[in-house]
Amino acid sequence: MKHMTEEELIAYREGMAEQRSMISEHLAACKECRQELERIEAVLAALDTLPVPNPGADYGRQVWKEIAPRLAEKPGRWWQVWLGPRRLAAAGAVLALVVGAFLAGRVTNRGNPGGSIASKEQVRERVLVVAVGEHLGHSERMLVELSNAAPNDPKQREVNISAEQRRAEDLLQENRLYRQTALQEGDAGLASVLDELERVLLDVAHSPDQVTPAQLEAIQKKIEARGILFKVRVVNKELQQRQEAGEPAPPQNDSTKRKRNNV
Amino acid sequence: MNRMPQNVDSTQAIAESDAIAVERTLAGDRDAYRVLVERHSHNVFRLAYRMTGNRHDAEEVVQEAFLRGYQKLGQFAARSNFGTWVYRIAANYAIDRMRRRQKEDARREAPRTEGQDGMEDDPLNRVRDEAPTPERLTQSIELRKQMEHALAALSEAERTAFVMRHWEGCGIEEIAAVLKSSSNATKNTVVRAVQKLRIALQPFVETRAQARAMGTES
Repeated sequence: MKHMTEEELIAYREGMAEQRSMISEHLAACKECRQELERIEAVLAALDTLPVPNPGADYGRQVWKEIAPRLAEKPGRWWQVWLGPRRLAAAGAVLALVVGAFLAGRVTNRGNPGGSIASKEQVRERVLVVAVGEHLGHSERMLVELSNAAPNDPKQREVNISAEQRRAEDLLQENRLYRQTALQEGDAGLASVLDELERVLLDVAHSPDQVTPAQLEAIQKKIEARGILFKVRVVNKELQQRQEAGEPAPPQNDSTKRKRNNV
Repeated sequence: MNRMPQNVDSTQAIAESDAIAVERTLAGDRDAYRVLVERHSHNVFRLAYRMTGNRHDAEEVVQEAFLRGYQKLGQFAARSNFGTWVYRIAANYAIDRMRRRQKEDARREAPRTEGQDGMEDDPLNRVRDEAPTPERLTQSIELRKQMEHALAALSEAERTAFVMRHWEGCGIEEIAAVLKSSSNATKNTVVRAVQKLRIALQPFVETRAQARAMGTES
């Protein structure tokens, strides 16, 4: 007779065994495994005797007394969320980017007194290219992971996508700022792709933590239908090539912008 | 598993009453949140105490969980259960707190040698180092100390998984969400935690059982 492993017995004891009835039948017939299970249960029973102090009947009132002065008038107001640490960090990153571009432009101009305004703009755009490239890379990875997510077990009723959801929230904040910067820089093509990406990120960020397999499939279909992964890859590739070549950005003429818009 | 037993009707009634309190809080009635705090504080305290192992940290976890819950209430999905939701916030914060405490302890103590597999130190070694005399073994207080040591020697993920599953009776998906892990990996974490606890405690449990049988336990 093949005995149960310790792992199987622990999983059975903790209600996590998949073949529960098979293990029950085996235990009924096998004294050795029953004794092994009893030894596991003895340890767990000893642990169950560890006391938890009683915080007192009015503990809930005490907690309220402690926290009430620290609560805002209304929970989760939009500006509180907007000015949350993660958003401020993203805003800081873009501010650093703009300041970096400004200083880089100044340094370039000092070394090249005859330099044109175009060179200053080129340096500024190169800084933007690096930051946006990184942002698109992160977005692509998150979308790929979400597109490949699936229930571990066909019987599973819900799939946890909280990790992707949180990443989408962070990316969303960065995305908004990069889109606005791209618009200010006159790069309508990049702004347009970032705008589409923003809608997808918004969908993911606003999804529940736990989704049913059908809801997950709907999110995946939406990502696929918008072709956003393809667009992000193409634009990111273009940005990478530009960065590798170390060349300034091609002049933003209408045809370049149209090309990117048509991705 | 001993999450407070409640029948289906009372669980449903609490969930509905919680949903109303959440709605009212979101509409600006701050006192409605008080109902939620008073209703769920004991359960959250029990979880926090078992995770952190001390009362001071547990109380801080409870307060922080309800503060964070209030700040994020706008993100709370109406179809969810408030008790489960605040539980998750508390578990996440307790993990952060355990990490911080471990770092503080590590700074104070000499660094421990990690095993070859990169896992935390083996509780068995610790138990062997502190091999008790037969007299001490007969005392329940010694076993309690060993149990606290064994729990403290688990990684944050193992302790969280064990506490939430064995003592709080949480679903695997719920624990997986806190650990940001898959269901299978979470099940393995529960199993690993029990295995480590068993290695550390079985000699003591058996010796106590023998002492009991011989009628020598005090």
